[in-house]
Amino acid sequence: MSKINFLKPDKSNLYTFLYLGSFLFFISVLDVLLNSFFSLNLTGFLPGFLSFLLPLILGFIGLYFIRIELSGIKHLDLLNKHINTNNFNAVLSLLIIFIILKSIPPILSWFFIDASFAGDSKDVCTGTGACWTYIKVWMRRFMYGMYPNGEQWRINLSFIALALLGSVGYFATDKFKKYLTLYYVVIYPFIAFLFIFFFISGGPIFFDFSYGIIAAILSVIIGFFIPTKFKFYYFLIVPFAIYVLLKYFIFYEELIELGKLDGLNWVETGAWGGLSLTFIISFFCLIFCFPIGMAFALGRRSGFPLIRYISIGFIEFWRGVPLITVLFMSAVMFPMFLPADFFIDKLVRCIIAISLFEAAYVAEVIRGGLQALPRGQYEAAKSLGMGYWRMHIFVILPQALKLVIPGIANTFLALVKDTPLIFVVGLLEIVGMLNLAKTNPEWLGFAMEGYVFAAIIFWIICYAMSKYSYNLEQKYKTDR
Amino acid sequence: MNFKLKDIGPQLMTVIAVVLVFGFFTYNAQVNMENRGIDFGYGFLSQESSFDVQFSLIEYDGSHSYFRAYLVGLLNTILVSVIGIFLATILGVLVGIARLSPNYLINKFAAFYVEFFRNIPLLLQIFFWYFAALRALPLPQDAEAMFGISFLTIKGLFVPAFIWENFNIFFYSIVAAIVAIIVIRYRAKKLQETIGKQTPVLLISIGLLFILPLLSFLIGGVRLSFEIPVLKQLATTSFIYEGGVSLPPELIALALSLSLYTATFIAECVRAGIQGVGKGQKEAAASIGLTQNQVLKLVVMPQALRIIIPPTTNQYLNLTKNSSLAAAIAYPDLVLVFAGTALMQTGKAIEIVSITMFTYLSLSISISLFMNWYNNKIAITEK
Repeated sequence: MSKINFLKPDKSNLYTFLYLGSFLFFISVLDVLLNSFFSLNLTGFLPGFLSFLLPLILGFIGLYFIRIELSGIKHLDLLNKHINTNNFNAVLSLLIIFIILKSIPPILSWFFIDASFAGDSKDVCTGTGACWTYIKVWMRRFMYGMYPNGEQWRINLSFIALALLGSVGYFATDKFKKYLTLYYVVIYPFIAFLFIFFFISGGPIFFDFSYGIIAAILSVIIGFFIPTKFKFYYFLIVPFAIYVLLKYFIFYEELIELGKLDGLNWVETGAWGGLSLTFIISFFCLIFCFPIGMAFALGRRSGFPLIRYISIGFIEFWRGVPLITVLFMSAVMFPMFLPADFFIDKLVRCIIAISLFEAAYVAEVIRGGLQALPRGQYEAAKSLGMGYWRMHIFVILPQALKLVIPGIANTFLALVKDTPLIFVVGLLEIVGMLNLAKTNPEWLGFAMEGYVFAAIIFWIICYAMSKYSYNLEQKYKTDR
Repeated sequence: MNFKLKDIGPQLMTVIAVVLVFGFFTYNAQVNMENRGIDFGYGFLSQESSFDVQFSLIEYDGSHSYFRAYLVGLLNTILVSVIGIFLATILGVLVGIARLSPNYLINKFAAFYVEFFRNIPLLLQIFFWYFAALRALPLPQDAEAMFGISFLTIKGLFVPAFIWENFNIFFYSIVAAIVAIIVIRYRAKKLQETIGKQTPVLLISIGLLFILPLLSFLIGGVRLSFEIPVLKQLATTSFIYEGGVSLPPELIALALSLSLYTATFIAECVRAGIQGVGKGQKEAAASIGLTQNQVLKLVVMPQALRIIIPPTTNQYLNLTKNSSLAAAIAYPDLVLVFAGTALMQTGKAIEIVSITMFTYLSLSISISLFMNWYNNKIAITEK
């Protein structure tokens, strides 16, 4: 055994330093642990200031002792490499360990141990912890807004149906895979629009919608027996004919009277709300802002100066103003621009405003992708004799869009995070409902629980989206 | 003939479409305003506003004009943006560097911070700080003094006020210091390019920034004193601090959430920028004998800044635009004062919304023009 120099830990006395250092480090962590979990103060006999700093000092000395390079012990080397490279890092690591240890007990007790879950009135919330009863009682409002309780199955059904329709891609056979794009771009949004708007709002329009669906199904079934030659004309005429027939001659009043198709109650869009409204708005804005943004990105790269300037003006205008003023505009200014007897629903105005706003951001992202493509791609496509549209659809856009997946995902994330702003026009999605619930005289003082609840939901949605976009990016990554 | 129908056709159609849409809107607006008896014009700006604003940087009350109210809102927006940008930059740079730390714990801690705050809507964060977190603060009479001079209470943060004598001399001394620093930097750069001599510019700059204002105190007759806030009883249970500067809780909540949120994005910009500098650059710099600090200062940072600055400016712009969320917690910013209260009172929807939008628009366009100029200036000029 060689001489020990405590200021310079070295390999020759490896185990002495290792045991001593680990012991000191362990003591320091144990002190903080006991202190925070069992409120025992091991060093309570010391003066306050020293007692506060002692774990840090002990831990620091401990880490200093075990900082021995190339010790030959795998775990020690890993530890040194990751949290203990030098004095500064050792202190930071210790601080972070202490902060985590200190913050776990209060968070745990607030979330679970002292929290109240049972019951359905404010009286059960007497503890110091969170009152999850509040969330439980208000759950329907947070999810569906002011939508009547008895009708909420319509929202659920719409979302389940949309999810099923959307997951068609998973089950499609290879034969139909090539039609999938058409389905997702044209048919799915259309069905979704009908479903969400007319099914959830109900009322007389719902009948139009139901007749439309019945007409479509009938005409498709009959369509199987029509010779190929006439199919085109058949689909041009017959569905509309059936629709008109259904609407004006056969079904209209009899079905209601018979009670077989009890008309869905009309629920005005002002009553929609909660998390479902967040989804509805995000969904439609996603669908609408993408093609508009793409059009303006192409416009901005166009060779026609007038189209280019108009696109630049559009993009820069929307990017230059905050969303809240855009919503203000849609609420107070836009109705002035429409004919007096022409009324557009508040929710639709909102969706238009957010879509246009986000479209400008999407346009800039896509423009980045277009600019990143080498000129050779354009020239090669042109030299094959492709026109403008064929060149962009088959050569340029597939590559450019692949490049900008992360950017588009970020824009979509921003969109989802921007939806709470619709409180400006008086629509209350989940954050708006929270603010409403918080002012309810029976449930005062539970703001924290509500915001934490909403934060968790939004966090899960956004985090899942960003991870999904990362996967997508990896999947479509092509080496260039 | 160079003009072909093929070229003109699409452009003409687009222009006609745009003109038609705008014409339709203008026509409707005219008809609607005639029907409702509203006349279009900006004359209301000079009328008496007759509403009060809680927090204002300039002197303002109900007897001032709407234009003055607009200025109050604009200044409040700028104030919260500047505070937010300042805090977000510091925090963002720290977290961005921490993200690159070899220390596993620091790295994960920073990553957790970024993932946590960027995935929660800003509005929710503002509400959280304002309605939940800041409401847990003590009442004015129970507040304990921080450093003995400032008080953080449920009614806001009360800090001492500076009371200056001969403030202009102090101001001129700082301007003089900045001018001198610019001149010295320029000379130092020239000197290094011609004879390769390095001057300790940073030390000289810091020295100048201290010495000149100090001289203004010693010679120029500048006096500085503090006015410490004092607790005052309004009623039996109602207390307030008087004197000093009071920052309303709205401002604190807004600045806090804006900077915490934007810092996550700035951190990612910083990380991307530093990672964007090739490893070879650092190795090459080290191999010609530069020290660790010199590598950072002369090789890594100039290249990293070129990547960091454009997206970071974008984030500053976003922060400024996001500060309009102030309307949600009644911080009197441009949107709340002008597009909210003033619009309610006058009913001049088109004028007021257009002025508000134009203000934000000119703010962002001027910053992005400046950024384009700056980008061109620092871009690598390839031969």
